[in-house]
Amino acid sequence: MFYREAGIFKTSYAADQALFRIPIDKLFVIGLIAFAFIVIPMIGNEYWLGSILIPTLILSIAALGLNILTGYCGQLSLGTGAFMAAGAFMAYKFATNLEGMPIILVILLGGLSAAAIGVAFGLPSLRIKGFYLAVTTLAAQFFLLWLFQKVPWFVNYSMSGVPTAPPREAFGFLVTGAEASPTARYIFVLGFTVVLGLLASNLVRGRIGRMWMAIRDMDIAAELIGIKPLQTKLSAFAVSSFYCGVAGALWSFCYINTVEASAFDINRSFTVLFMVIIGGLGSILGAFLGAFFIFLLPIFLNSAPGWFGLSIASETIAHVEFMTFGALIVFFLIVEPAGLARLWGITKEKLRLWPFPY
Amino acid sequence: MAEPTGVEASDRTFGEVVLKMDSIEVGFGGVTAIDNVSFDVRRGEILAIIGPNGAGKSSMLNCINGFYKPRSGSITFKGKTMKAMDPHYAASNGIARTFQNIALFRGMSTLDNLMTGRVLKMKKNFLWQCLYWGPAQKEELENRAYVEKVIDFLDIQAIRRTPVGRLPYGLQKRVELGRALAMEPDILLLDEPMAGMNVEEKQDMSRFILDLNEEFGTTIVLIEHDMGVVMDISDRVVVLDYGRKIADGTPAEVRANKNVIDAYLGVPHED
Ligand SMILES: Nc1ncnc2c1ncn2[C@@H]1O[C@H](COP(=O)(O)OP(=O)(O)OP(=O)(O)O)[C@@H](O)[C@H]1O
Ligand SMILES: [Mg+2]
Repeated sequence: MFYREAGIFKTSYAADQALFRIPIDKLFVIGLIAFAFIVIPMIGNEYWLGSILIPTLILSIAALGLNILTGYCGQLSLGTGAFMAAGAFMAYKFATNLEGMPIILVILLGGLSAAAIGVAFGLPSLRIKGFYLAVTTLAAQFFLLWLFQKVPWFVNYSMSGVPTAPPREAFGFLVTGAEASPTARYIFVLGFTVVLGLLASNLVRGRIGRMWMAIRDMDIAAELIGIKPLQTKLSAFAVSSFYCGVAGALWSFCYINTVEASAFDINRSFTVLFMVIIGGLGSILGAFLGAFFIFLLPIFLNSAPGWFGLSIASETIAHVEFMTFGALIVFFLIVEPAGLARLWGITKEKLRLWPFPY
Repeated sequence: MAEPTGVEASDRTFGEVVLKMDSIEVGFGGVTAIDNVSFDVRRGEILAIIGPNGAGKSSMLNCINGFYKPRSGSITFKGKTMKAMDPHYAASNGIARTFQNIALFRGMSTLDNLMTGRVLKMKKNFLWQCLYWGPAQKEELENRAYVEKVIDFLDIQAIRRTPVGRLPYGLQKRVELGRALAMEPDILLLDEPMAGMNVEEKQDMSRFILDLNEEFGTTIVLIEHDMGVVMDISDRVVVLDYGRKIADGTPAEVRANKNVIDAYLGVPHED
């Protein structure tokens, strides 16, 4: 995307406040969305759609959610997995107990239930901050997973304890469960990703987004401006958990096709946190960059040696993978907390002035 | 020739008492930061609070907008008497402030900092905001237009999109004033707005304060250590020393007050 930002002047505040302040950015995003909806299903094979793009998109939604809470509102959470699980299990309850309910509504209700649970666990955030709040969310992680595992009601007393996701149709296509085609599931998940991505960008550039950031940057000044700290933090917990809940429901219904707590353990929370850190705290673009980066890096590491005719043992690659992630996380935390999204911004800033840097 | 300013100041007429601080006492553990201080603020005046370091000036502003709760005493604001101010009540009833140590939202741009000052003016609900459409967009643009007026007033057009953390100190102070102005305050509390500034920046800031007061009738309570500035711009001066009020009057009266001279020259207390 080599274009220049210079020479574009806004003539109204409406244009200046727009989501994409540069027309070509808007074209690029529309083009990308069209490409994802039309071209990718045609060229992508079952492996790419089913095993790479679907989980990446779903985790982008979770990363959006965590970024709203941690990146925008400054409340560190290690409970992402638990809120995803809440979405998955509640969506399962809605889907199985209310047979005729449209699947889109089922997923959204899963998200709303997760939002309610998120708000409950967000209550301590009025009194405790930072590390201690992270510990509280960690408690949510362990408590909720334990609850979903131990209480058979959540899985409709299924014998195995691991029920399969019920098959459901949207717009005449089977979109959930093992029988659904990867293409249909991919389009379904993509639809959620695009809509939730756009809604999140709208939220963070409006009044509520500024309230979140104000609380993050200087809570005392925010309060004296008239922002209510508890309400604002809880709204971030609600929106964030809603996103995580939708992601969890999609994970169970469209990716792993089973509803099980072990899919949402503490590792899941950390993966999403790393996505947000590497992609960029406080950036919508960053949530996507981070998710794709974390998913694609291992694939790249696995196939790269082959391109040079090298063969490296898979354990070695696994080690390299861990080391690379570790190094990157340390790098981004220390050098560039705004992550890949910021690096992208810097590149654009340089390009804007190119070739005359003065 | 100090006379002309004195005369000019006394020519100015002020409205009713908008804020009355009555026998305020503030303490932290064993420390008494403010000891039985009373004063009032009239609509449209510029009131300076001065005093040596640790005199309790900032604590007093913190009481006015509800960040500190006095141990005893009462606050009467726009006719309503209360034991302590509530921060949200203060903000929604026209009290805005700046801080001694800049308290901007560092990760946000100048524009967003100022727009954040408008949160209480924006009422559209969450669902409209998700869509950023219809009433929410209209509201956003109306508030943006107001914020642009503040930006023009403070002459900070060039740094609209700059994250405030990257701005030099003097500009940060100006943006912080802008954020307070975006709230359309009736009373503006300024805690050392000119600290750490060079002479030109101080002149600019004094100009802004006087213009605000004249053009919009904003009542201003400011803390300032630069006596030249205080004497120049304020209508009335309250002097605190060790948490007590030792003088209250026009700049000329205060300058001639023996207690004030002693406090500033560091004459030991007799009591
Ligand atoms: N939050 C607090 N906790 C404990 N002590 C405090 C607190 N705030 C103020 N104090 C104490 O109250 C006294 C008055 O402080 P204050 O900040 O109001 O002084 P000041 O007049 O603004 O001084 P300066 O000119 O240095 O800004 C000081 O002794 C200070 O240590
Ligand atoms: Mg002070």
